[in-house]
Amino acid sequence: MMKWLRNTWHLYYDGFRNMTLGRTLWAIIFVKLFVIFVVLKLFFFRGYIKEHAHKGEEAEFIASKILDN
Amino acid sequence: MTMVDWARAQFALTAIYHWLFVPLTLGLAVVMGIMETFYYKSGKDFWKQTAQYWQRLFGINFAMGVATGLILEFEFGTNWSNYSYIVGDIFGAPLAIEGIVAFFMESTFVAVMFFGWKKVSKGFHLASTWLTGLGATISAWWILVANAWMQHPVGQAFNPDTMRNEMTSFLDVALSPVAVDKFIHTVLSAWVLGAVFVVGVSSWYLLKQRHIEFANKSLKVGAIFGLVSSMLIMLSGDHSAYTVAQTQPMKLAAMEGLYKGGHNQSLTIISGINPFNQPDYEEQDEPPFKIGVPYALSFLATHDFHGYVPGIRDLLDGYTKPDGTRVLSLEEKIARGQRAITTLQAYRQAKKEGASSEVLTELSGKIQADMPYFGYGYVKDRSQVVPYIPVCFYAFRVMVGGGCLFILLFVLVLFFLYKKDIMQARWLLWGALCCIPVAYIVSEAGWLVAEFGRQPWTIQDMLPTWVGVSQLGSQTVMITFLLFLVLFTTLLAVEINIMCKAIKKGPQL
Ligand code: HEM
Repeated sequence: MMKWLRNTWHLYYDGFRNMTLGRTLWAIIFVKLFVIFVVLKLFFFRGYIKEHAHKGEEAEFIASKILDN
Repeated sequence: MTMVDWARAQFALTAIYHWLFVPLTLGLAVVMGIMETFYYKSGKDFWKQTAQYWQRLFGINFAMGVATGLILEFEFGTNWSNYSYIVGDIFGAPLAIEGIVAFFMESTFVAVMFFGWKKVSKGFHLASTWLTGLGATISAWWILVANAWMQHPVGQAFNPDTMRNEMTSFLDVALSPVAVDKFIHTVLSAWVLGAVFVVGVSSWYLLKQRHIEFANKSLKVGAIFGLVSSMLIMLSGDHSAYTVAQTQPMKLAAMEGLYKGGHNQSLTIISGINPFNQPDYEEQDEPPFKIGVPYALSFLATHDFHGYVPGIRDLLDGYTKPDGTRVLSLEEKIARGQRAITTLQAYRQAKKEGASSEVLTELSGKIQADMPYFGYGYVKDRSQVVPYIPVCFYAFRVMVGGGCLFILLFVLVLFFLYKKDIMQARWLLWGALCCIPVAYIVSEAGWLVAEFGRQPWTIQDMLPTWVGVSQLGSQTVMITFLLFLVLFTTLLAVEINIMCKAIKKGPQL
């Protein structure tokens, strides 16, 4: 078990250390995730129902939106 | 443009960009698996390096595409909140499974594939490479299940208390005929695109007279894989069209520009539909200058050369199927839809007032009976339920035409590889290179058919787009639309740049 864990650790550790093109790709992935989860999620896509309906009253909220007009 | 238009445009933009990344991942996954299998069998370093080269391009594309689909989910929650709430129970399961499977399969097997060449046995490495592709393909399955459900909502019942469509049968949702067809057709389309990419890139090396052996062998693998996938996609496309005829006949009528249907229908090869305007399907009997293959549409839609195919007007006016069942007219569907809405209102009011369970059960039964037409309750006129014909019609022809072109390409490449000298056929090599962007256009055209053809429904017959959207200002959605345009275009430019550099560098043979 310990040996397996050590091997797995080395697989990832050495792999990440020896990356060349991979470094650029990871940098892009991190920038992308930052933009998606920090910029977009927090500032632009917070979720309409979460922002507008009271907790537990979502069904009533939706009913008011789609049935009462 | 209204809020609905902006929300639709934004979803289309992000879905189209997302789909620029996905198919190459699925297609190259198979190619690199094949190359590595050759290495495993032959033990030759040549195949190892060939596999590593295609894996590198796979990695670039994978890194660029990963997480771009999340944005679609954000849009559901913000721009399409009514829709998103109503389908939450159905989508929750497939999307959660997708997330977990994708995370575990991709983070383990991708790591072994890239980092494990010297660390694990040949067999284990090969298995990881194939499992990387399998993981990505399984992910696609769940997303397509969600999409298929919107086209053909099965295995669910509407709960008037929670205001949600709730899943009644996971298997019906996961294995609905639309989901199965969609999965097979979409994965095959990705394989075709991957094959065109491999053939195109290899042709470029031959044009540049570089890495000749590598390019020749890759061409062979790419062209054989592409030819098999292209033949299979024809069969699967035929079946998709049959399923569309059964489940979304209006989509088929729009794809075909079939205004007035009947028996013995011909399949339109081309006609003079104005690409920029909705044609007058109410007055014309068929599009101008129509050239068709006799009986072929009847066969495609019913698997009978004389089968009955309803046109747009039949679908609006109602008709009787050959088996005697009557399909309601639009007016009748609207009446049922309006009844579903008022009964639902009555149910919720009765519940608030503490009505007896008998009253509630009776009202609930009435809601269920009319629920399949719920969305029609919001329709005001006939034109609202007819998809935009020019896009459906031409995109369908681009897709099918592209499929035929790729078969020709793969056949020619194999012919010149085996019977002639492909190095001399520079026109073919250039043609193969030019087919790379064409494959993307063809693949996107497929989605245009599927999604424009579904309009105006977010959930077929149950929820039109204008009811599914949130009450946001169009300004807000316009801003995020422009933001996405900039972000995705940048991402695409970066991908093309890194990809081109990696291709120019070539394999490390
Ligand atoms: C004879 C050839 C083909 C036929 C008859 C055909 C038919 C169809 C039909 C009917 C749909 C709509 C399915 C739906 O809305 O549920 C569709 C969608 C699609 N097609 Fe094709 N197709 C063909 C070739 C191709 C080719 C060559 C590609 C790409 C390389 C392609 C890519 C797609 C994609 C990506 C979709 C959207 C996903 C889906 O709905 O399945 N198709 N096709």
